[in-house]
Amino acid sequence: MDEFLAEIKWEKLMEATQETIYMTSISVLATFILGMLLGLLLFLTSKGGLWQNGAVNFVIAAFVNIFRSIPFIILIVLLIPFTRVLVGSMLGANAALPALIIGAAPFYARMVEIALREIDKGVIEAAQSMGANHFQIIFKVLIPESLPALISGLTVTAISLVSFTAMAGVIGAGGLGHFAYLEGFQRNRSMITLVATIAILILVFIIQIIGDYFTKRTDKR
Amino acid sequence: MITIKNVTKTYGSKRGSVKAVDDVNVDINEGEIFGVIGYSGAGKSTLIRMLNGLEIPTAGSINVAGREISHIKGAKLRKARQEISMIFQHFNLLWSRTVADNIAFPLEIAGVPKKKRQQRVKELISLVGLDGRENAYPSQLSGGQKQRVGIARALANNPKVLLCDEATSALDPQTTDAILELLVDINKRLGLTIVLITHEMHVIRKICHRVAVMEGGRIVEAGPVLQVFKNPKQQITKRFVQQVTEPEETRDTIDHLLTRYPHGQVIQLTFVGDGAEQPLMSNLIRQFPITVNILQGKISQTQNGSYGTLFIHLDGEEKDLKEAIAFISSHEVGVEVISNG
Repeated sequence: MDEFLAEIKWEKLMEATQETIYMTSISVLATFILGMLLGLLLFLTSKGGLWQNGAVNFVIAAFVNIFRSIPFIILIVLLIPFTRVLVGSMLGANAALPALIIGAAPFYARMVEIALREIDKGVIEAAQSMGANHFQIIFKVLIPESLPALISGLTVTAISLVSFTAMAGVIGAGGLGHFAYLEGFQRNRSMITLVATIAILILVFIIQIIGDYFTKRTDKR
Repeated sequence: MITIKNVTKTYGSKRGSVKAVDDVNVDINEGEIFGVIGYSGAGKSTLIRMLNGLEIPTAGSINVAGREISHIKGAKLRKARQEISMIFQHFNLLWSRTVADNIAFPLEIAGVPKKKRQQRVKELISLVGLDGRENAYPSQLSGGQKQRVGIARALANNPKVLLCDEATSALDPQTTDAILELLVDINKRLGLTIVLITHEMHVIRKICHRVAVMEGGRIVEAGPVLQVFKNPKQQITKRFVQQVTEPEETRDTIDHLLTRYPHGQVIQLTFVGDGAEQPLMSNLIRQFPITVNILQGKISQTQNGSYGTLFIHLDGEEKDLKEAIAFISSHEVGVEVISNG
């Protein structure tokens, strides 16, 4: 056992973990903002919505569906030219971000839309009957009333993003995926792969615990 | 306060259009409690929703508190809505906010500064009798308490008109009465004009000054509540009036009695206003050599006086019976012979 453990370069593991955390947190933040925007637009432009607009709804829905359907590993490859222009390189954690965000935001947008649909229409109507404008309805009704679902959706998305970072790692983005694949699999040191896996699991559990805590705390139903 | 003029609302569907509201004309006075009664699908819900612009009439005009609700839009409509509050069958509270924050919500919308908001919320909480519950969430309240929050919320911006959309239909009878009493109290104290829609005649009887009966999108009958009770013209109105005056089992009882008393006559008397308080029965027995048997009776209070029905059985000589009935008729009491024995 000691022999196996000795093989592990702990500094490298720490570095890889930090990279994964970096990629995950930046992409979760961007996914949240972009996904909220797209999800709100999907909800508001849908039939019977405040900004009912078939054309806009169709375009956003098409965009969301297409990017949600492309397998992530293919999406990264497809986005290589775009990433080059944006980041200037194909390697490193930053180079993974565009693909991570474009892959996860449409997924979260759908979850946001579903969460907003769950809101009782009567509550929106009540706000309208009090003379609320659209801005007030969005920030005082739609978001607070769907908050638990928005948070639990973000938790699921964040966990997907952790696994996306691992995939991105294999083709050069760094992080725990990269560490497990290059240092572990390719050099035939299965102990390293195992340790990297455990590190990812711990990360996922932490995200889940934090997500569950806030979902529960915001749910007053 | 409210003028509804030739209002029609048509919904288009694939199989043609449906007239939800059909050429309705109503004038509602300031400080009045006006009820609209009808079965579901009669168009009453569409009608009340047009009063605050949640629905826009296809034709006609609606004027509420001096504003043409049917023709204004955007910021003007939102401003007008602050003076036309609404309460709902399912309360429509924000579950994410406490009682106090729910009541503060319309104040936030109106841009009232925080200090003033807190002050106003305090007043409203004690007005609707929710002291001590300000930090509870709606999920912790009973139906009646939730509607109290709804009412406090509706009153927050000192509206001129309160619209009640089946506000008591989801509540049990006792809670319904408590909420209705609160509405009457508010109407008297604040001089608020109240428009309510319902399918329960009990609600109309208890708090309304005037009532309109809706069927198939049209108002088929309207007038002061007592008058409609006394003299319902349409079949549908008679059925609604029966909800209150004639408990379900009355008909069965009458049928049973008719077989039990083969002689004499069963008569339904209708008392309205002062007539309900005269010693008619004593006089009847004293003046005519007949026997009087009281079968069933009920007196209901309305906002403009009391209203009663009494079923009696009369027996005696035919000539005396005729005279007795003529005597009752001369006392401003409605007489209807149910059946000859």
